[in-house]
Amino acid sequence: MKISKRFIFATLFIFVLFEMTVLAAPVEIHWWHAMRSARGKVADTMIKAFNDSQSEYKVIGAFKGNYDETLNAGIAAFRAKKQPHILQVFEVGTQTMMLSGAIYPVHQLMKDTNNNVNWDNYLQAVLSYYMDADGNLASMPFNSSTPVMYYNVDLFKKAGMGRLSKDTPVTWDEMGKITGKLVESGVEGGLVTAWQSWTQIENYSAIHNQLFASKANGYEGLGTELVINNPLVLNHIKRLKSWMKNKRFFYGGQKYQGPKAEFIAQNAGIYIDSISGIAKLKKAVKDFTWDVAPLPVEKFMKEPQNSIIGGASLWVFKKHKKKEYKGVAAFLRFLATNEMQEYWHKETGYFPITLNAYKSLSNKGYYKANPLQEVGIKQLNRRIPTTISRGLRLGYFVQIRNIINEELEQVWNDSKSAEQALEDAVYRSNVKLRAFENTYN
Amino acid sequence: MLLFETIPMIKRAYFRSKYLPYILILPQILITLTFFYWPALQGLVHALFRSDPFGQNSKFIWFENFAALFRDPLYLKSVGITFLFSICTAVLAISCGLFLATMANRALKGKSAIRTMLIWPYAVAPAISGILWLFLLHPSFGIVAIFIKKTLGINWNPILNGSDAMIMVVLASAWKEISYNFVFFIAGMQSIPKSLTEAAAIDGASPMRRFFSITLPLLSPTLFFLTVMNIIYSFFETFGVIHTVTQGGPGGSTNILVYKVYQDGFVGLDLGSSSAQSVVLMTLIIIITVLQFKYVEKKVQYTG
Repeated sequence: MKISKRFIFATLFIFVLFEMTVLAAPVEIHWWHAMRSARGKVADTMIKAFNDSQSEYKVIGAFKGNYDETLNAGIAAFRAKKQPHILQVFEVGTQTMMLSGAIYPVHQLMKDTNNNVNWDNYLQAVLSYYMDADGNLASMPFNSSTPVMYYNVDLFKKAGMGRLSKDTPVTWDEMGKITGKLVESGVEGGLVTAWQSWTQIENYSAIHNQLFASKANGYEGLGTELVINNPLVLNHIKRLKSWMKNKRFFYGGQKYQGPKAEFIAQNAGIYIDSISGIAKLKKAVKDFTWDVAPLPVEKFMKEPQNSIIGGASLWVFKKHKKKEYKGVAAFLRFLATNEMQEYWHKETGYFPITLNAYKSLSNKGYYKANPLQEVGIKQLNRRIPTTISRGLRLGYFVQIRNIINEELEQVWNDSKSAEQALEDAVYRSNVKLRAFENTYN
Repeated sequence: MLLFETIPMIKRAYFRSKYLPYILILPQILITLTFFYWPALQGLVHALFRSDPFGQNSKFIWFENFAALFRDPLYLKSVGITFLFSICTAVLAISCGLFLATMANRALKGKSAIRTMLIWPYAVAPAISGILWLFLLHPSFGIVAIFIKKTLGINWNPILNGSDAMIMVVLASAWKEISYNFVFFIAGMQSIPKSLTEAAAIDGASPMRRFFSITLPLLSPTLFFLTVMNIIYSFFETFGVIHTVTQGGPGGSTNILVYKVYQDGFVGLDLGSSSAQSVVLMTLIIIITVLQFKYVEKKVQYTG
């Protein structure tokens, strides 16, 4: 009932919005996004720069709430045939959007509007998350990040350890020793992690080139099934659980707020979270030095794969006019220019999506001054993504992440063994995946 | 609730035109139909379909969504959690409200100031109430939590421990509802004739005895009304508390039905299942309310 009320509200709102704007002069492009406060201002600045750069098109940005709310607003609008041109959707919504029948794939849009885009110039680990099995780009990457490891340099020093390398990841065995030393030196806890499903299972699997789900992580068909009950992941979860005994690892909550609070309060020496957390930590941490290192890997993994991204991309809706699509294409290309990407990266910490922009920043010495920012890009870019490490393409992915969260929490609080929890997570997720498959068959 | 009992006789007014009364209530009926019945009907219809969020493929599947729900052991667990949560919240909110009302009613000085203060929490939105309690009880930055852990030596951890989490959401939900209950109880108490309690006091009845033999029976209509309202409140409106405090965790131990509807429908975009869940929720509430009226109301004394 709650949902239907929202539908009505969104529909009414869209009616009002469109009636007001239908008579204006330049071709209007509507972009609904989920960029709040500081990030929202950055997005507004980029929109203004585009509008000032030419007079044919006018982009109108609208903040629609968080990712869920924005996606729901887009869905309601499409159902009411009042969809915007561009909608920002978070990465877990990729499969739903691809199958929606409501979108105009970006690669097709660029072709139809005679825009010759050199896709090789983009960060491949970012693009691959939004490509179909044939390598065609469905949506334009916008804000992308990847998890990295933050650590408290002062606590490390107290425990007799120096700084970690920014290029070569430590092994999980070394992590065991490092967290052990931290706890022995009197720190309350060793490691906490934000977004456990994303960092400890999804990214852990990608880095070790281990499938998360069958059929190439779902890229090759809706008949995909989760395979996270494999020995590698099982061993990792068991290890984390065993570290809980002397608090070398402890649980701080599903999202990032709890774990971050533990890191800031120096209850934890190491904290795994998105690279976009740099800005927040810079603001919040005043009384100790911290640094960033790549995510740990297993010893046998001599050449670890790329990590995978989180974030959101821009989807173009169907059923608009041709000249409007020209404007959409022009705007998307404008966003990918060096100038915009460099500005975006500097202000928000999200990756620049093109190699050109990355090189240009590098040449200007930006990463000498801000070495932390580069750790994520290097980790993401260290190998060409394989069919396993390019991303995940699952229906009901939000629910699956919830299931994984629930099952892991039961491992952490001793209600279940790691084996049982991963089995149950796979079983429950597969039920969801079958329901999703049935919806589209 | 209380007004019509005290009106000694009923005045009747008649409309000349037969249609005028219907026209007068038309706006209200239209609003109710559009904003309550239409969405509810939509929910019923959606519950029988399996459809993608964009509404491109819809299949009529009879009661498959319901069958899938009741096959899911976690859904049944969520029903159990909801009942536990509602009963705890209602009992806590009603007993505290009643206690405070009794005390405030006896207060000699600053009666109105005390009452106003006690009503305040009701003006706080459930989500904010959740945040406030989180600030108190969060294991890493909650002030009270640190006291519990350091001074009392209890291993308080609602992030990991399901029953701790349940305690926290019950506290946050009940706290807000106490004020609401307080208002009704105090109004109810004021309508009880002073002479009754005074007479009992002269006969030597202790304050406890007076409360249980006079005040409570005479408050029974209020108590009944509040029980119904509190159960409905804890079934539906506590969404904000759960959303801000636990998000249904840890391990699904505070995942009440209304939160699951939101999770599956709004976040997870599974409209069929989510609609089926709201239909189940609606049915549950109807059954509970009917049962209350059928069995509990008989014991209620409406006249003093």
